[in-house]
Amino acid sequence: MHTVTVQVVRPIGDDIQKKAAERSAVLLLGCPQVPVQTSIALYLLSMLRKKGIKGIIAGNPAARRLVEVSDPDHHYVGEVIDIDRCVADLAEKKRDFSLCFAFIHNDAGVSYAATIGSLSGGSLVALIYGEHPEDVAETLTVPCEKIVVKATHNPMPLKNKIDEVLPWVVSNL
Amino acid sequence: MGCLESLKYEILLKNASSKESGDFIRNHYDEVHEVEAGYKILDKHLIGIPPIAVGVEGDYVIFPYTKPCYGTFLVRVAVPEEVERLRKRSK
Repeated sequence: MHTVTVQVVRPIGDDIQKKAAERSAVLLLGCPQVPVQTSIALYLLSMLRKKGIKGIIAGNPAARRLVEVSDPDHHYVGEVIDIDRCVADLAEKKRDFSLCFAFIHNDAGVSYAATIGSLSGGSLVALIYGEHPEDVAETLTVPCEKIVVKATHNPMPLKNKIDEVLPWVVSNL
Repeated sequence: MGCLESLKYEILLKNASSKESGDFIRNHYDEVHEVEAGYKILDKHLIGIPPIAVGVEGDYVIFPYTKPCYGTFLVRVAVPEEVERLRKRSK
């Protein structure tokens, strides 16, 4: 009987790629009643993937299904989890994320963002949109990066702001 | 203790904000405990801007329960074990 030992020599770049693969961002979706949420979530997943960051969707059943149905072949969508399971895993220290993007257009969104922000060791980026984003933004008092844009049906103002901020946010990881 | 859905609970506020929930508890109950976000009562991790106010009245615990599309509900339910746990952590 012959035993063959194979030694795998990884190129130096593998370590960097491995480190990049460990970086993860959770997209904490709010109530999907504001149309821009799903398109921006898919866009953000795509941008994060290009930067080597694993994107995870957390939302209620309706928000999750909107994202999953919009990307049936999972070109952009990877792991999808229930929003309360996400909170429970963080609170019980079962997992954490490098980044959290909280989608906020109402008080419940503010509450979820504040909760995630206080439980996670990662950076919190609050995407605040809807009809009256400034009013909502005032109530979010936890430390975070706030992107505040009036947007309901047209995703472009929020997309453009994300394009401005994302390179800076990712460079700080 | 079981889960919230299996117990007889009362809803004191519907579609409230995190602040309205906290103000209601502080204004209506003599015994108020402040807990961190994610503190677990029954099978629910509390959602809100910390510190989150939780009221106690006899064997009843009064706490916020938040859902993304429905805002915050303020729930009142008899759970002596949770009352005891809140009092122990406040000592």
